[in-house]
Amino acid sequence: MLGETQSLELVKAALAACDCDQAEAILHSTNSSLTRFAESTIHQNVAERDAMISVRAVLGKRIGVARGNQITKDEVQSVARRAVELARVSAEDERFVSLPEPRPLPDIASYSGATASSTPEQRADSVRAIVDVAGANGCRASGSLSAESAEIAVANSLGISAYAPATEAGLIALLADDESSGYAEWHGLDIATLDPAEIADIAAGKCVDAHGAEAIDPGEYTVILEPLAVGDMLSMLAYMGLDALSVQEGRSFLTGRIGEKVTGENITIWDDATDPRGLAFPFDWEGVPRQKVSIIENGVARGVVYDSYTANKEGKQSTGHAYPAPNPYGPMPGHLFLASGPATLEDMIASTERGIFVTRFHYTNVVHEKQTIFTGMTRDGTFLIENGKITSPLKNLRFTQSIVEALSNVELIGRDSELVPRAHVPTLKIANFTFTS
Amino acid sequence: MKKLVHRAVSRARSAGATYADARAIVTRRQTINTKNGAAEGIADATDRGLGIRVIADGAWGFVGTSSLAPADVDDAADLAVRIARASATLASGRVELGPQEPIQAEWSSQYEVDPFAVPLEKKLALLLDADKLMREVPGVDVATGELNLVREEKWFASSDGADLIQSRIQSGGMIQALAQGNGEVQRRSYPSSLDGDNANRGWEFVEGMAFPANARRTGEEAVALLTADPCPSKTTTLILEGSQLALQVHESCGHPTELDRVFGTERSYAGASFLTTDKLNELRYGSDLVNLYADATIPGAMGTFGYDDEGVPAQRTDLVKQGLFSGYLSSRETAARLGITSGGAMRASGWDRLPIIRMTNINLAPGRSSLDEMIRETDDGIYAATTKSWSIDDLRLDFQFATEIAWEIKNGQLGRMLRNTTYQGVTPQFWGNCDAIAGRDEWRPWGILNCGKGEPIQVMWVGHAVAPARFRSVRIGIGARPQ
Repeated sequence: MLGETQSLELVKAALAACDCDQAEAILHSTNSSLTRFAESTIHQNVAERDAMISVRAVLGKRIGVARGNQITKDEVQSVARRAVELARVSAEDERFVSLPEPRPLPDIASYSGATASSTPEQRADSVRAIVDVAGANGCRASGSLSAESAEIAVANSLGISAYAPATEAGLIALLADDESSGYAEWHGLDIATLDPAEIADIAAGKCVDAHGAEAIDPGEYTVILEPLAVGDMLSMLAYMGLDALSVQEGRSFLTGRIGEKVTGENITIWDDATDPRGLAFPFDWEGVPRQKVSIIENGVARGVVYDSYTANKEGKQSTGHAYPAPNPYGPMPGHLFLASGPATLEDMIASTERGIFVTRFHYTNVVHEKQTIFTGMTRDGTFLIENGKITSPLKNLRFTQSIVEALSNVELIGRDSELVPRAHVPTLKIANFTFTS
Repeated sequence: MKKLVHRAVSRARSAGATYADARAIVTRRQTINTKNGAAEGIADATDRGLGIRVIADGAWGFVGTSSLAPADVDDAADLAVRIARASATLASGRVELGPQEPIQAEWSSQYEVDPFAVPLEKKLALLLDADKLMREVPGVDVATGELNLVREEKWFASSDGADLIQSRIQSGGMIQALAQGNGEVQRRSYPSSLDGDNANRGWEFVEGMAFPANARRTGEEAVALLTADPCPSKTTTLILEGSQLALQVHESCGHPTELDRVFGTERSYAGASFLTTDKLNELRYGSDLVNLYADATIPGAMGTFGYDDEGVPAQRTDLVKQGLFSGYLSSRETAARLGITSGGAMRASGWDRLPIIRMTNINLAPGRSSLDEMIRETDDGIYAATTKSWSIDDLRLDFQFATEIAWEIKNGQLGRMLRNTTYQGVTPQFWGNCDAIAGRDEWRPWGILNCGKGEPIQVMWVGHAVAPARFRSVRIGIGARPQ
């Protein structure tokens, strides 16, 4: 690790080399590893050590960004001078107002020593535990186990000086035999809290239960979506319009609808990168403290996330959701929460006369962004529910569904909540979910 | 760099590797984005690093490092061997690589004008001219432009004795108009969507796209789509324009013919393939007209190179011949399992990633028809253009795609514009209903930059040479509600 002192010295050395009106420097150094397995053997096993220095130089309303991945003092200053040269010959962006001013940063635990020091031998042992579960259930295991540590330092000429280390670990496990497959995944800051056999058990159970899957006619069904599917749906909603840029450009379903009822009253959604249940981190890529942002409260649209560029346009403060410049895609919520409810999974199944239980979605994509329609397939554990019981496994189906409509048709919300990619969400029971093939 | 890759290989061998190869890559990447008359983002990035891949105790290990100090390269080689030994504790057998003569050679892509020698002001002016013309169309809310320019130099050495130097220049981009209103958001992209069209060529490729000359029409179509009729829901004849057909080939032929997917090594993430080895030379994939092949030697195409990242020469491989499934994209290891030689499709997205099987240029051979003739021969159908969204199942069978725009075809003529066009199909049935392909005059490569695969994710550049084609009995107009 470089550590706080050296990281901040490097970004400040970059700033010192910037002969311009405003400047920002980001240092992102990473040390990551990933052990990949298939057919119950390790087939790919990799490690990567990298760094990125990025400098944004501002001359009036002309902006240039230069990047490099060599982090000696000479190299970062060379990158800084290149950013200024680019700004000098760039065209003006009249909408640019200023880089952000410094604000106090929260003290957030974002680092695990166990994740940072994960070894290839330890990861092989974890994979062996998964393979053992697979073997005991007549399955073969595939998936990946990753561990990454990073250091992020951001400084700008207005006084921002932010540094924090971060770790992230993840396991995906797909257990399959010749007939079916089951799936589970885990994410966290601290790899020491992972029980690989427990995750493998979930996947194995689904694989075994999925034997003898039958096709079902497409149509509208009540669905019970497990957290992985709910998280995928929420991520698609974020992609389609939970950010200020999409609202300002009129692309979002929330354009002109803040303060209006947009989903069922039982839906409350917010983004909070400071919540320790998620992959917490104190600031964004502009060094702005991450704020909790209420997006939908009891069905009513409350707001979206901002970076400094979109916030300045409305005379607001950034909510701390910036990505590294230049970023034509705008800010994005990446730590979404959907409020849990009182229901157990058993409640949801028992109250369903006829419906479909979904473990996860596959290859989701936007069909109509304004109507929030997305499509995708079910995968690795789809089951038919009849008369309050799971009765048989189903072949995978394609859905084409409006997300806002789905969130208006939520009948029950699970008391569970799970960290999935980019979100922390419960299981949902939703009426009238449309399967198209 | 040459010394460093040899040093890494030598160090890995000393540490116990029975095989090692190393790649050092230096990349310069310039991206320019404009929006509504402003320079929205100008970035110039340089990137250097080295990746070392080893076999030790019969298993794989890989390490990438951006620090090129000799001691750090040695550490990377040592760690790669340690990782391989950890892999070996959970292996079913020893990795066997198929034969490959070690080659010592140099290769460069061909270009006329180095895009990095073109002044930034000229690049911005090109995009801003098109931007202005798009925004002159009443109703255009957002006009954007994008250029992606890359210079890459790569050094490769292996313990077998391979010693390769390759360099390439890449250029490409797009313009796009967005209009919103009437409860709709509509985009029109030129010459294609996503990252536009791209090639292993120089600035001349960007100038050839003629953004300003196509800007007004792009804006007009975006606005017209707001009030166009929705795509009807029915089963009909579908004619696909080139860039959308490129995506169709990519998703329904390129990915399922990747032999690593077939062997299950991508299953947990991107999925497997319906083209299992028992179907080779047995399965009717498409109609007799359908000939699909990989060819990494097409001059200037985005998936063209001299040697893959195992040192295997670029080559042509038949995938579907006269409708019969007939081949795979392969590596030295996967090809050996089938008793064939590598098709030269092992590629990594950078020094920091392990080579995996990737598409090169996956092409649909030209037919004998033409777009005009296909339309003239169609009583009822649609002509659909430019990718809007895509989704396909984990075996690459059940797909649903959306296009930015379509036009109705009635009695052999193009008619009204259609918005929110979608179509759905199952791969062999869809290609089995291909009854016409335009000829060589309309056949051209499209360059795609956003093919995602692998863990950690690798975003790769690939090419697809196609001419427009016609498909009968396709279900169109798939929506959440009947339209």
